[in-house]
Amino acid sequence: MSQYMILIYETETSYAEAPSGLMEEIMREHEAFASGVPALGASMVSAAWLHPTTTATSVRGGSEVTDGPFVETKEALGGYYLIDAPDLDTALAVAKTVPARFGGVEVRPVIDFGS
Amino acid sequence: MTGQDTSTVSAAVADAHRREWAFVLAATVRVTRDLDLAEECVQDAFASALTDWRRTGVPSRPGAWLTTAARRRALNVLRHRQVESRYLPLLVEDEAEPGPDDTVDGGEAASIPDDRLRLVVTCCHPALDRATQVALTLRLLCGLSTAEVGRAFLVSEAAMAARITRAKKKIAVARIPYRVPSTADLPGRVDAVLLVVHSLFTTGHTAPAGDELVRRDLVERSFELCRMLRQLLPHDPSVAGLLALLLLTDARRDTRTTPEGRLLLLEEQDRMRWDRAAIAEGVILVREALGARPPSRYALQAAIAAVHAESPSWQETDWREVLALYDVLVELWPSPVVALNRAVAVGFALGPAAGLAALHALSGEPQLAGYGYLPAARADLLRRLGRKREAHLAYTEALLLTDNTVERAFLENRLHMVSEDG
Repeated sequence: MSQYMILIYETETSYAEAPSGLMEEIMREHEAFASGVPALGASMVSAAWLHPTTTATSVRGGSEVTDGPFVETKEALGGYYLIDAPDLDTALAVAKTVPARFGGVEVRPVIDFGS
Repeated sequence: MTGQDTSTVSAAVADAHRREWAFVLAATVRVTRDLDLAEECVQDAFASALTDWRRTGVPSRPGAWLTTAARRRALNVLRHRQVESRYLPLLVEDEAEPGPDDTVDGGEAASIPDDRLRLVVTCCHPALDRATQVALTLRLLCGLSTAEVGRAFLVSEAAMAARITRAKKKIAVARIPYRVPSTADLPGRVDAVLLVVHSLFTTGHTAPAGDELVRRDLVERSFELCRMLRQLLPHDPSVAGLLALLLLTDARRDTRTTPEGRLLLLEEQDRMRWDRAAIAEGVILVREALGARPPSRYALQAAIAAVHAESPSWQETDWREVLALYDVLVELWPSPVVALNRAVAVGFALGPAAGLAALHALSGEPQLAGYGYLPAARADLLRRLGRKREAHLAYTEALLLTDNTVERAFLENRLHMVSEDG
């Protein structure tokens, strides 16, 4: 088994402008996604959802504090899933089921310092 | 049987390199689970064949001999490497099977599994970009050196080495599995392999730059790969379709330029000199490939090539049939390049004005911006309509967009034709 981090990148404004009810629908999609992971041959290690980049503070070079995200992008990192999967094909099968209607996801292998 | 002269042995080793490289490497990767180590061991096996076969004679099954030698070498290296190898990321496999044990010296050859399909789908994994897929396939399946792969794509050996190293590292670290995909995933993965083979063929068939119209070496490699796939997947209709397309297109190879290297269009080519054996084989494959529902894009492209191949002369070309096939193709595969070729067919089936109208609909296609065949096709239609001034402009534009010497000479000649009286 190996760990993969699935980073979710989406347009934040789409969430800000989402009609009421949509957020509940998206939350249900995430719950359904999480419960479907074992059937794909992987398991969930951890997950987090982030507040939008308007709440971010960056620190450069260990001292300079600035308001905002480290890198300004149209699609911003909004959360992640950390999964255990035997190989990239399995991780990609999981990634394809991550709800990310306003963007997409990036799959990165996690360095294993254990062995 | 023993003792053979150097030239016989060298020829046998070169022949084995061409025929058996992929098989030997694929089988060795299963033992090493490390692409670099497997390549080293296979290279060593070929090197020792050069000396050993002089003493013992060329074995009856060179591939089996080389595989056994490479795998034995790999096991030796792995035994000495045991400690640090725990820190190297290994290729992911299905079976826990470690490969052959030390007793595999004698009659094991028959049982060596054919792992070439694993190797080729790994090289063409969708997590690798297209250019990398092509480079890895040439390196690992065709056994080309990094310098040769670099030359094929007009990049330096150092740049190609960096690209290949990065790809191998990604395969290991991200754990791209060394396995034949499940039945459900296989068609999609085979499509990726076919795209690689097809792009290799097109790059060779009309080289994007350089003095030669055709890069024979790349064309040969694409045929070898396609025939290998046909052998591995004998019932796959898209493989049959691609092989048919390659055969029917390449059958015209000797007639595409004059002895002086001038480009000859389909209408000027000497059809007596088309390769009839290739056409016959291609036509049988097209029929098989068209049996699939829906037919693959390659089957349809091959069917179009077959119409030309079987037409006794340019004047007798069944353009209605060509256009009907393009209509299906563009429906199935809505690519602007296909739509462009369809417009050219419209120009012959229904006349240049209709062709120009079909072409006009494509003028805003972002994918065709910078594609030299668009202004070249427009120029030809305008020329046939007698609209010389506009044709002149279009030929000039097409000239700006190709670096192939042979194609440039053709376009310059046409430019001259529409300039003469103004």
